[in-house]
Amino acid sequence: MTRNARLIDERITLKYGTGGGAMRALIEQIFAKGLGDLGEGNVGLAAMDDGAAIRLGDRYLVITTDSHVVQPIVFPGGDIGTLAVAGTVNDLAMMGATEPLALTCAAIVEDGFSRETLKGIWKSIRTCCEEAGTTIVTGDTKVMGHGELDGLVLNTTGVGITDRIVTDAGLEPGDQILVTGTMGDHGLAIMATRNELALETELVSDVAPINTMVRRALEVGGDGIVALKDPTRGGLSSALHEMAEKSGVGIVIDEPSIPLRDEVRAVGELLGIDPLVSANEGKAVFGVRPESAAGVLDAIRSHPLGRMAAIVGQCVAERPGFVVLDTGFGSRLLSEAEGELLPRIC
Amino acid sequence: MLPNDALAQLKFRDPVRARALRDALERLVSRADHAPVSVMHVCGSHEQAIAKFGLRAAFPADLRVIMGPGCPVCVTDVPEVDEAVALAKQGVRIASYGDMLRVPGTSQSLADAKADGAHVDVVYSVTQAVDLARDTDEELVFFASGFETTAVATAAVLVDDPPDNFSVLSAHKYIPPVMEIVAEMPETKIEGFLAAGHAATITGSAVFEKFVERHRLPVVVAGFEPLDVLAGLVRLLELINAGEAKVENAYPRCVTREGNAHAQELLWRVFRPTGGRWRGIAHVPNGNLRLRDEFARYDTRKRFTIDASALWSYAPPKLVQQCQCGDIMAGIASPSDCSLFGKECTPDTPVGACMVSAEGTCRIWHQYGGHPDLSSMKRGVA
Repeated sequence: MTRNARLIDERITLKYGTGGGAMRALIEQIFAKGLGDLGEGNVGLAAMDDGAAIRLGDRYLVITTDSHVVQPIVFPGGDIGTLAVAGTVNDLAMMGATEPLALTCAAIVEDGFSRETLKGIWKSIRTCCEEAGTTIVTGDTKVMGHGELDGLVLNTTGVGITDRIVTDAGLEPGDQILVTGTMGDHGLAIMATRNELALETELVSDVAPINTMVRRALEVGGDGIVALKDPTRGGLSSALHEMAEKSGVGIVIDEPSIPLRDEVRAVGELLGIDPLVSANEGKAVFGVRPESAAGVLDAIRSHPLGRMAAIVGQCVAERPGFVVLDTGFGSRLLSEAEGELLPRIC
Repeated sequence: MLPNDALAQLKFRDPVRARALRDALERLVSRADHAPVSVMHVCGSHEQAIAKFGLRAAFPADLRVIMGPGCPVCVTDVPEVDEAVALAKQGVRIASYGDMLRVPGTSQSLADAKADGAHVDVVYSVTQAVDLARDTDEELVFFASGFETTAVATAAVLVDDPPDNFSVLSAHKYIPPVMEIVAEMPETKIEGFLAAGHAATITGSAVFEKFVERHRLPVVVAGFEPLDVLAGLVRLLELINAGEAKVENAYPRCVTREGNAHAQELLWRVFRPTGGRWRGIAHVPNGNLRLRDEFARYDTRKRFTIDASALWSYAPPKLVQQCQCGDIMAGIASPSDCSLFGKECTPDTPVGACMVSAEGTCRIWHQYGGHPDLSSMKRGVA
């Protein structure tokens, strides 16, 4: 990927964790070097997709892992437990594995952490597992000294089986881009709790397992669904850039069609954060062949978590790797989040 | 209600009306007796609106809308930054707006001084700086930047009996005089100005009348929503085509001819205009705002002996020599003309002041995706 030719700095700073180009460069140049090649027909580390896929006969075993460091640990709409389960379940779903077999959960707890808070978080984990139709089958526990980490870190790994892999890279000119709901809710809800301006808002994170919604869409759309990505860190912008880059197409987005909550829009303007680079934890971006688009949209809208779904753009042959935003007034390139805009949101 | 209906109800963000204004602009530019037509705005907020809404891609090909010296942080000159850095290194506590910390001086910025152990606080307002001073016995210097809008806020604090350990190192600037300088630059060929609506709420539109008389160039005061900018440009083009040099107020919901008399009284009671260099532009007569003698006890420059000479034994690095901020702020060059833009110079690692400030042209262009030449793309999807 030529756009990540940038070199990694001598010290790894926060910008390498924000889900944008800097993080992709870090993974390519250090983490994925000499590792993760599964051979033809599989999806390994080099694909930098939402997870890996290993061929077993005529099906695939999908595996994905995710660590969670969100601050605050409990936030409007969820907590680190909801996030840990939903994040991993959703990453499996983004590969096409919408029926998670099982999860693992490793917890690193800071000396002095409250028992009641921990119980509350595990209640969220149980509820979220039930919603997603899965459970946690093994785990690991570590406790570290006071001040050696900030409260609680959770890691979850998930496995699932699927007949067909959906990658980020299947887009062709003419394909439609669909989002399953309002954008930017999670990131701005977290930022609003944290910012020094002490905002009083009703912003709520969208964190939720969306595997049942994705399953419904895949049942209707079948092979017409050619790309799937969850717009977590870096928001819709990062997701679209990755899809455009990996597929070698340009993407034109019609900004007025993007569903946004009024509160998100307002807080975004106030904090100077574009909701399009702000994280989502209960949404997906679909790339759909034009003839399947209407059916997939209807299927998603019929699910309680997909009522606000909308078609927001299409792929073009020009400007491969770029995302153009038609603002309704004119157009510009959509940029990716850079720097430490939103540390520790998930 | 669909979420985007709320947006449509915002009167000044209505794409349908925007299209009508854009068409009007196209007609007006095609009717001009020469091409291209060049106009200048002098405000970071105008550039923000133009970039954020992608207006530049929608402007007629023969209309050049140039951003002039509209970023107060960017035009803060090196010696002014040096004064603040020298004080900080002398051990004096400094408070300033976040953008000011990374503006490069001769050899260091305030952020560098802070990394070396100096006591530098970021504040969001001058009143926050006063609160910091109230909480301590040590001297607190507010390094003040901004045009007349923020200068009024500084003035309001100074007439309200701030604590004795509080003083102001003023780098405040006054916009009307620099318009005269830019209007006279032969290479810019500016045919009219879009004036900043928020500054005009204070000065009133009348402040531009003498300028118009002297330079025979039209000035239109405009607001910051996309329709404000487009409507302001339409009015400006009408005046240019008609050969009418006059001031027009296209932002009447906020701006009057007389402006805010109370704020003006405050401004001139506390500050006096004086000549000084604006970074990258020129010496601007009456372009700097300094404290009047009546407020000498709050004037950092009167209160401290500032010796910045230690900062001067220094040759600027190669990258800085390639920086085109000056030409960009004077409207002669665009960020995309600069070989550093988006490569060596990014918001993470700014080389010039234009990439530091949220109001700087380079920073704004970078934030909204770089060069907005999208003429080869198909427009629209719906």
